[in-house]
Amino acid sequence: MTVAVIQFGGSNCDRDSVQALESLGFEAELAWHEDGLPEDVDGIVLPGGFSYGDYLRAGAMAARSPIMAEVREAASEGTPVLGICNGAQIGCESSLTPGAFTTNESARFQCEHVHLRVENADTPWTSHYDEGEVVELPIAHGEGRYEITDDRLDELEAEDRVLFRYCDADGNVTPEANPNGSKHSVAGVTGEADHVAVMMPHPERATLSDLGRTDGQGVLRGFAE
Amino acid sequence: MTAFTATVTVRLKRGVLDPEAETTQRSLERLGFELDDLRSADVFELDLDAESADDAADRAEEMAERLLANPTIHDYTVEVAERE
Repeated sequence: MTVAVIQFGGSNCDRDSVQALESLGFEAELAWHEDGLPEDVDGIVLPGGFSYGDYLRAGAMAARSPIMAEVREAASEGTPVLGICNGAQIGCESSLTPGAFTTNESARFQCEHVHLRVENADTPWTSHYDEGEVVELPIAHGEGRYEITDDRLDELEAEDRVLFRYCDADGNVTPEANPNGSKHSVAGVTGEADHVAVMMPHPERATLSDLGRTDGQGVLRGFAE
Repeated sequence: MTAFTATVTVRLKRGVLDPEAETTQRSLERLGFELDDLRSADVFELDLDAESADDAADRAEEMAERLLANPTIHDYTVEVAERE
Protein backbone atom coordinates (compact mmCIF):
# COMPACT_ATOMS: atom_id res chain seq x y z
CA MET A 1 0.00 0.00 0.00
CA THR A 2 1.80 3.12 -1.21
CA VAL A 3 0.25 6.52 -0.75
CA ALA A 4 1.57 9.40 -2.86
CA VAL A 5 1.52 12.81 -1.20
CA ILE A 6 1.43 15.39 -4.00
CA GLN A 7 3.80 18.27 -3.46
CA PHE A 8 2.93 21.58 -5.09
CA GLY A 9 4.99 24.74 -4.78
CA GLY A 10 3.74 26.09 -1.46
CA SER A 11 2.52 22.80 0.02
CA ASN A 12 3.60 22.68 3.65
CA CYS A 13 1.84 19.70 5.21
CA ASP A 14 3.34 17.25 2.72
CA ARG A 15 6.06 15.85 4.98
CA ASP A 16 3.70 15.80 7.98
CA SER A 17 1.33 13.68 5.93
CA VAL A 18 4.10 11.25 4.95
CA GLN A 19 5.20 10.93 8.57
CA ALA A 20 1.67 10.43 9.84
CA LEU A 21 0.92 7.80 7.19
CA GLU A 22 4.18 5.96 7.89
CA SER A 23 3.41 5.91 11.60
CA LEU A 24 0.27 3.95 10.73
CA GLY A 25 2.20 1.42 8.70
CA PHE A 26 1.58 2.81 5.21
CA GLU A 27 4.31 3.35 2.70
CA ALA A 28 4.17 6.99 1.71
CA GLU A 29 6.15 8.99 -0.78
CA LEU A 30 6.33 12.62 -1.79
CA ALA A 31 5.45 13.23 -5.41
CA TRP A 32 6.53 16.57 -6.91
CA HIS A 33 3.68 17.70 -9.13
CA GLU A 34 5.88 18.35 -12.16
CA ASP A 35 7.11 14.75 -12.10
CA GLY A 36 3.61 13.39 -12.55
CA LEU A 37 1.84 10.76 -10.53
CA PRO A 38 4.14 7.84 -9.61
CA GLU A 39 3.15 4.45 -11.02
CA ASP A 40 1.57 1.81 -8.84
CA VAL A 41 0.14 4.25 -6.35
CA ASP A 42 -2.66 2.90 -4.17
CA GLY A 43 -3.70 6.18 -2.60
CA ILE A 44 -3.25 9.93 -3.01
CA VAL A 45 -3.09 12.77 -0.49
CA LEU A 46 -3.52 16.36 -1.59
CA PRO A 47 -1.82 18.00 1.39
CA GLY A 48 -2.32 21.32 3.11
CA GLY A 49 -0.35 24.49 2.52
CA PHE A 50 -0.56 27.50 0.29
CA SER A 51 -0.05 26.14 -3.22
CA TYR A 52 0.80 28.93 -5.66
CA GLY A 53 0.53 31.41 -2.81
CA ASP A 54 -3.27 31.07 -2.85
CA TYR A 55 -3.21 33.33 -5.92
CA LEU A 56 -6.60 33.96 -7.51
CA ARG A 57 -8.38 31.61 -5.08
CA ALA A 58 -6.99 29.04 -2.67
CA GLY A 59 -6.33 25.88 -4.67
CA ALA A 60 -7.29 27.38 -8.04
CA MET A 61 -3.89 27.10 -9.69
CA ALA A 62 -2.94 23.69 -8.33
CA ALA A 63 -6.33 22.33 -9.40
CA ARG A 64 -5.46 23.16 -13.00
CA SER A 65 -1.92 21.80 -12.98
CA PRO A 66 -1.32 18.77 -15.25
CA ILE A 67 -0.91 16.28 -12.41
CA MET A 68 -4.50 16.86 -11.35
CA ALA A 69 -5.72 15.33 -14.61
CA GLU A 70 -3.83 12.20 -13.55
CA VAL A 71 -5.27 12.41 -10.05
CA ARG A 72 -8.81 12.70 -11.43
CA GLU A 73 -8.21 9.73 -13.70
CA ALA A 74 -6.81 7.65 -10.83
CA ALA A 75 -9.78 8.65 -8.68
CA SER A 76 -12.21 7.60 -11.41
CA GLU A 77 -10.50 4.21 -11.52
CA GLY A 78 -10.99 3.74 -7.79
CA THR A 79 -7.79 5.06 -6.22
CA PRO A 80 -8.60 6.66 -2.84
CA VAL A 81 -7.94 10.41 -2.75
CA LEU A 82 -7.97 12.55 0.39
CA GLY A 83 -7.66 16.35 0.20
CA ILE A 84 -6.75 18.08 3.44
CA CYS A 85 -7.06 21.86 3.97
CA ASN A 86 -5.42 23.37 0.87
CA GLY A 87 -5.84 19.91 -0.60
CA ALA A 88 -9.57 20.21 0.10
CA GLN A 89 -9.65 23.55 -1.69
CA ILE A 90 -7.80 21.96 -4.61
CA GLY A 91 -10.24 19.04 -4.59
CA CYS A 92 -13.23 21.34 -4.89
CA GLU A 93 -11.56 23.61 -7.44
CA SER A 94 -10.81 20.57 -9.59
CA SER A 95 -14.37 19.20 -9.27
CA LEU A 96 -13.26 16.04 -7.48
CA THR A 97 -15.72 17.14 -4.82
CA PRO A 98 -18.65 19.58 -4.93
CA GLY A 99 -18.82 23.10 -3.51
CA ALA A 100 -16.08 25.57 -2.66
CA PHE A 101 -14.05 26.57 0.37
CA THR A 102 -13.84 30.34 0.60
CA THR A 103 -13.01 33.16 2.99
CA ASN A 104 -13.82 32.49 6.65
CA GLU A 105 -16.78 34.41 7.97
CA SER A 106 -14.37 36.11 10.40
CA ALA A 107 -12.16 37.18 7.46
CA ARG A 108 -9.26 35.93 9.58
CA PHE A 109 -6.86 33.03 9.45
CA GLN A 110 -7.97 30.63 12.16
CA CYS A 111 -5.62 28.19 13.84
CA GLU A 112 -7.31 26.28 16.63
CA HIS A 113 -8.69 22.93 17.72
CA VAL A 114 -12.27 22.16 16.77
CA HIS A 115 -14.76 19.44 17.53
CA LEU A 116 -16.29 17.50 14.69
CA ARG A 117 -19.28 15.23 14.65
CA VAL A 118 -19.03 12.15 12.48
CA GLU A 119 -22.05 12.35 10.19
CA ASN A 120 -21.58 9.20 8.17
CA ALA A 121 -19.45 6.38 9.57
CA ASP A 122 -19.99 4.28 6.47
CA THR A 123 -17.12 5.65 4.36
CA PRO A 124 -13.48 4.53 4.26
CA TRP A 125 -12.49 7.78 6.00
CA THR A 126 -14.90 7.47 8.89
CA SER A 127 -15.43 3.76 9.37
CA HIS A 128 -13.07 3.79 12.37
CA TYR A 129 -15.50 6.08 14.17
CA ASP A 130 -19.12 5.75 15.16
CA GLU A 131 -21.84 7.88 13.66
CA GLY A 132 -22.40 10.81 16.00
CA GLU A 133 -18.98 10.40 17.62
CA VAL A 134 -17.20 13.66 18.45
CA VAL A 135 -13.53 13.96 17.48
CA GLU A 136 -11.12 16.80 18.02
CA LEU A 137 -8.83 17.96 15.21
CA PRO A 138 -6.86 21.13 14.46
CA ILE A 139 -7.82 23.60 11.77
CA ALA A 140 -5.49 26.18 10.23
CA HIS A 141 -7.07 28.10 7.38
CA GLY A 142 -8.22 31.46 6.14
CA GLU A 143 -10.50 30.05 3.43
CA GLY A 144 -12.41 27.19 4.97
CA ARG A 145 -16.02 28.34 4.77
CA TYR A 146 -17.90 25.71 2.83
CA GLU A 147 -20.10 27.34 0.22
CA ILE A 148 -22.52 25.62 -2.13
CA THR A 149 -26.03 26.28 -3.42
CA ASP A 150 -28.82 25.28 -1.07
CA ASP A 151 -30.22 22.80 -3.60
CA ARG A 152 -26.89 21.13 -4.10
CA LEU A 153 -26.30 20.90 -0.36
CA ASP A 154 -29.74 19.31 0.07
CA GLU A 155 -28.70 16.69 -2.48
CA LEU A 156 -25.38 16.03 -0.75
CA GLU A 157 -27.10 15.59 2.58
CA ALA A 158 -29.74 13.32 1.07
CA GLU A 159 -26.92 11.23 -0.42
CA ASP A 160 -25.15 11.16 2.96
CA ARG A 161 -22.00 12.71 1.57
CA VAL A 162 -21.19 14.97 4.54
CA LEU A 163 -18.35 13.34 6.52
CA PHE A 164 -18.03 15.77 9.43
CA ARG A 165 -19.76 18.84 10.82
CA TYR A 166 -18.25 21.35 13.23
CA CYS A 167 -19.86 20.94 16.64
CA ASP A 168 -19.31 21.65 20.32
CA ALA A 169 -17.67 19.20 22.72
CA ASP A 170 -21.01 17.48 23.26
CA GLY A 171 -21.71 17.03 19.58
CA ASN A 172 -24.21 19.86 19.20
CA VAL A 173 -23.98 21.57 15.82
CA THR A 174 -24.45 25.24 16.66
CA PRO A 175 -23.49 28.56 15.02
CA GLU A 176 -21.08 29.20 17.92
CA ALA A 177 -19.25 25.93 17.25
CA ASN A 178 -18.91 26.72 13.54
CA PRO A 179 -15.43 28.27 13.28
CA ASN A 180 -15.63 29.64 9.75
CA GLY A 181 -19.27 30.11 8.80
CA SER A 182 -19.45 26.93 6.71
CA LYS A 183 -22.91 26.26 5.33
CA HIS A 184 -24.66 23.72 7.59
CA SER A 185 -21.34 23.51 9.50
CA VAL A 186 -19.89 21.20 6.85
CA ALA A 187 -16.21 20.39 7.48
CA GLY A 188 -15.71 17.60 4.95
CA VAL A 189 -17.53 15.93 2.07
CA THR A 190 -17.06 13.03 -0.31
CA GLY A 191 -16.98 13.08 -4.08
CA GLU A 192 -19.36 11.15 -6.34
CA ALA A 193 -17.89 8.00 -4.82
CA ASP A 194 -16.85 7.86 -1.19
CA HIS A 195 -13.24 6.87 -1.87
CA VAL A 196 -12.69 10.53 -2.75
CA ALA A 197 -13.02 13.00 0.12
CA VAL A 198 -11.94 16.44 1.23
CA MET A 199 -11.87 18.07 4.65
CA MET A 200 -10.55 21.32 6.09
CA PRO A 201 -9.42 19.97 9.51
CA HIS A 202 -6.03 18.24 9.66
CA PRO A 203 -6.11 14.54 10.59
CA GLU A 204 -2.37 14.25 9.91
CA ARG A 205 -1.71 16.77 12.71
CA ALA A 206 -3.59 14.58 15.15
CA THR A 207 -2.05 11.22 14.37
CA LEU A 208 1.35 11.06 16.13
CA SER A 209 0.94 10.55 19.86
CA ASP A 210 3.94 12.86 20.47
CA LEU A 211 1.73 15.72 19.30
CA GLY A 212 -1.10 15.03 21.71
CA ARG A 213 -4.45 13.72 20.55
CA THR A 214 -4.58 11.05 17.88
CA ASP A 215 -8.19 11.46 16.76
CA GLY A 216 -7.09 11.86 13.15
CA GLN A 217 -5.69 8.35 12.78
CA GLY A 218 -9.01 6.93 11.76
CA VAL A 219 -9.25 9.22 8.74
CA LEU A 220 -5.82 8.24 7.41
CA ARG A 221 -6.52 4.56 8.06
CA GLY A 222 -9.15 4.99 5.36
CA PHE A 223 -6.41 4.28 2.84
CA ALA A 224 -6.44 0.67 3.98
CA GLU A 225 -10.18 0.26 3.41
CA MET B 1 -6.57 40.44 -36.57
CA THR B 2 -7.47 43.30 -34.31
CA ALA B 3 -6.06 44.11 -30.91
CA PHE B 4 -8.65 43.99 -28.13
CA THR B 5 -8.74 44.31 -24.39
CA ALA B 6 -11.30 42.02 -22.79
CA THR B 7 -12.26 43.03 -19.28
CA VAL B 8 -13.52 40.18 -17.14
CA THR B 9 -15.20 41.21 -13.89
CA VAL B 10 -15.71 38.40 -11.38
CA ARG B 11 -18.16 38.98 -8.53
CA LEU B 12 -19.53 36.83 -5.76
CA LYS B 13 -23.05 35.68 -6.51
CA ARG B 14 -25.80 37.56 -4.73
CA GLY B 15 -26.32 36.05 -1.32
CA VAL B 16 -22.80 34.67 -0.95
CA LEU B 17 -21.19 36.13 2.13
CA ASP B 18 -18.24 38.46 1.44
CA PRO B 19 -16.29 38.86 4.70
CA GLU B 20 -13.57 40.92 3.06
CA ALA B 21 -16.10 43.42 1.74
CA GLU B 22 -17.78 43.62 5.15
CA THR B 23 -14.42 44.27 6.80
CA THR B 24 -13.59 46.92 4.21
CA GLN B 25 -16.94 48.60 4.73
CA ARG B 26 -16.42 48.68 8.49
CA SER B 27 -13.01 50.26 7.97
CA LEU B 28 -14.50 52.97 5.76
CA GLU B 29 -17.16 53.64 8.38
CA ARG B 30 -14.47 53.94 11.03
CA LEU B 31 -12.91 56.62 8.85
CA GLY B 32 -16.20 58.51 9.03
CA PHE B 33 -17.67 57.61 5.63
CA GLU B 34 -21.33 56.76 5.39
CA LEU B 35 -22.39 53.99 3.03
CA ASP B 36 -25.21 51.46 2.78
CA ASP B 37 -23.30 48.55 1.33
CA LEU B 38 -20.04 47.62 -0.29
CA ARG B 39 -19.39 44.85 -2.81
CA SER B 40 -15.97 43.85 -4.02
CA ALA B 41 -15.04 42.33 -7.37
CA ASP B 42 -11.96 41.13 -9.21
CA VAL B 43 -11.20 42.71 -12.56
CA PHE B 44 -8.95 41.03 -15.14
CA GLU B 45 -7.85 42.92 -18.25
CA LEU B 46 -6.84 40.56 -21.02
CA ASP B 47 -4.99 41.94 -24.04
CA LEU B 48 -5.49 39.69 -27.03
CA ASP B 49 -5.67 39.70 -30.82
CA ALA B 50 -8.82 38.35 -32.39
CA GLU B 51 -10.75 38.31 -35.68
CA SER B 52 -13.67 40.15 -34.12
CA ALA B 53 -14.97 41.52 -30.85
CA ASP B 54 -17.24 38.49 -30.57
CA ASP B 55 -14.29 36.17 -30.99
CA ALA B 56 -12.36 38.06 -28.30
CA ALA B 57 -15.37 37.89 -25.97
CA ASP B 58 -15.76 34.14 -26.56
CA ARG B 59 -12.17 33.52 -25.63
CA ALA B 60 -12.34 35.69 -22.54
CA GLU B 61 -15.53 33.91 -21.53
CA GLU B 62 -13.83 30.53 -21.81
CA MET B 63 -10.98 31.82 -19.64
CA ALA B 64 -13.51 32.95 -17.04
CA GLU B 65 -15.28 29.58 -17.15
CA ARG B 66 -12.10 27.55 -16.85
CA LEU B 67 -10.09 29.54 -14.33
CA LEU B 68 -10.90 33.16 -13.52
CA ALA B 69 -14.28 32.48 -11.92
CA ASN B 70 -15.51 29.62 -9.75
CA PRO B 71 -19.08 28.92 -10.89
CA THR B 72 -20.04 27.70 -7.41
CA ILE B 73 -19.67 31.17 -5.92
CA HIS B 74 -19.10 33.63 -8.79
CA ASP B 75 -20.88 35.43 -11.59
CA TYR B 76 -18.84 37.24 -14.19
CA THR B 77 -19.20 39.73 -17.02
CA VAL B 78 -17.04 40.23 -20.11
CA GLU B 79 -16.58 43.55 -21.91
CA VAL B 80 -14.47 43.94 -25.01
CA ALA B 81 -12.92 47.11 -26.40
CA GLU B 82 -10.52 47.70 -29.27
CA ARG B 83 -7.03 48.43 -28.07
CA GLU B 84 -5.06 51.40 -29.45
